[in-house]
Amino acid sequence: MSMINYASREINCKLVYYGPGLGGKTTNLEHVYNKVAPTSRGKMISLATETERTLFFDFLPVDLGSVRGFKVKFHLYTVPGQVYYNASRKLILKGVDGVVFVADSQIDRMDANIEAMQNLYENMAQYGYDMTRVPFAVQYNKRDLPNAAPIPELQAALNPGWAVTDPSRQRLTPDPQHEGEYLVSQQDGQWVERAPYFEAVALTGEGVFDTLRAISKTVVKSLG
Amino acid sequence: MTAGASSWSFREEDAQRLQAILGRFLHDASARTALIVDRTGQLVATVGEAPVFDPTAFASLTAADFSANDQLARMLGEPEFGALFHQGERESMYLADIARRVILVVLFDTRTTLGLVKLRVKQAVGELNLLFTAMFDRDGAGRGPAMESEFLGEAEDEIDKLFGA
Repeated sequence: MSMINYASREINCKLVYYGPGLGGKTTNLEHVYNKVAPTSRGKMISLATETERTLFFDFLPVDLGSVRGFKVKFHLYTVPGQVYYNASRKLILKGVDGVVFVADSQIDRMDANIEAMQNLYENMAQYGYDMTRVPFAVQYNKRDLPNAAPIPELQAALNPGWAVTDPSRQRLTPDPQHEGEYLVSQQDGQWVERAPYFEAVALTGEGVFDTLRAISKTVVKSLG
Repeated sequence: MTAGASSWSFREEDAQRLQAILGRFLHDASARTALIVDRTGQLVATVGEAPVFDPTAFASLTAADFSANDQLARMLGEPEFGALFHQGERESMYLADIARRVILVVLFDTRTTLGLVKLRVKQAVGELNLLFTAMFDRDGAGRGPAMESEFLGEAEDEIDKLFGA
């Protein structure tokens, strides 16, 4: 994490929603803004173009309250999804504590999803982050649309997993979100770990808090 | 590669030294408020008159402003813009880089001038550079409160409450 402020007894965690343009990142934040008690959240800031495309970022601070004498806050950011905004997208990743990748489930957005995922890995690597160690979750949004790709197809393309080299982590780990599925498992004799994934319809709010709850807990666990 | 951004801690004694440096500067420059903002967008400390705006939002915008200008500087072939100035009719702000990790924001009005602020800020920036460099050179954030299992348990309960279990 970036900083523990002992003087003001505050811990701020930075969560970044990443993904292709028009995938629903801003919609995720808007749903959180509308549903969380006004006393627990600050003002939402959107730096957007006239056509409501995110130009720089959206920002929403959410206050978890006091935990053992420390005020814990989550700062939720989105990045602009459009490919040509990479310069500003990269700036927002600075000091990130957790990443949610919001994928657009529609079949014809598969290439855009893959490009955005590669871009995330590249930008994170340039800051010296190891994506296999950063708290990370994948959200498959727009599950309600008729042209939504099947989950196994999306998982294979966007979340195929990374090799687990640490022997202590090489054990079958069930996915608490999906019965019968695993976060760590053996594939072709090799141990592989995948990021947890969530299905969502951000417009109606379905899956939005499931994703946020999971990534927040992973981030809190990674503190200290 | 790391799991996250490098950690650092801001302690009570740091706050006191910061208060001394910036309190003197604000007095000498006749400026109203000084804020220290982490480059990741977190507010670290405020000295002087309490701001009337939302400081959390202000900090995130300040960091974005400074980062964007940093990139513009590089496009022009400059390593950085060490300082920025935004002029308003009554209220103005002056931003200066500290140790490449935090930003000093000075808010001032018509009771002073940009010239006086720039003149006085030099010494403060020098002292702050030393203070923050020493802070960053300390061993990470030390043993954070999250290391305690009670902290983790309570934080998870609060997350369930706030974001619906």
